Amino acid sequence: MICRITRDKIDTPALLEAVKHPEAGAVLAFEGIARNNSLGRRVLYLVYDAYPEMAEKKLRQIGEEIAAKWGITRLAMVHRIGRLEISEASLVIALASAHRADGFAACRYALERIKAILPVWKKEVWENGEEWIEGKDFAPFDQEAALKR
Amino acid sequence: MRVTVKFFAALREVVGSRELQLQLDDGSTVASLLERLSREYPRLGALCQAAAPTVNQEYSSLGAELHEGDEVVFIPPVSGGCDDL
Repeated sequence: MICRITRDKIDTPALLEAVKHPEAGAVLAFEGIARNNSLGRRVLYLVYDAYPEMAEKKLRQIGEEIAAKWGITRLAMVHRIGRLEISEASLVIALASAHRADGFAACRYALERIKAILPVWKKEVWENGEEWIEGKDFAPFDQEAALKR
Repeated sequence: MRVTVKFFAALREVVGSRELQLQLDDGSTVASLLERLSREYPRLGALCQAAAPTVNQEYSSLGAELHEGDEVVFIPPVSGGCDDL
């Protein structure tokens, strides 16, 4: 299991190669991408900050939840922090699963749990200002929230 | 007792530093720590309204008692992950 907070560009093809396994018939990756617009404003770039020690610990916790629910252990979750240009990946989830249904479900679960509990914050920088964005999916105490979505 | 409080994102900009070492009375709780911080940094109190406290890198509660050497971080609603809101 790869759980990492990094300041470097995320190498998605390398993560896909890392999780591949001869017994896994489905390999998938999700990339969260810095968008050029938000609520009608033009976004110039994003800045991510994290509480890195806790964030890596929470990624491992999410990985253990996924291993317990689906038996998937060929899993990589990498979140980038620092300045991100438009179209760069902030988050990559890559995993290998025996069958596609479990793979898609686990990938979705990883994403929703990350959005609910991972201590990572995004600042949007616009043409005329900037703001730390408050996440609407924050649910640090609700273990089941991600599955209900 | 001595505790460390670390600040990230918006809270770091309000406080103006990455971390503080604070001397607290024995029996202090997360709530009493937050009260003290809010007196020293009035804008912090408002920002911490929706925040979840963590003690030693686990989500905790305002009522939790603090101990020597604890690391406390107030987590405002997180916004990591994908950027599709």
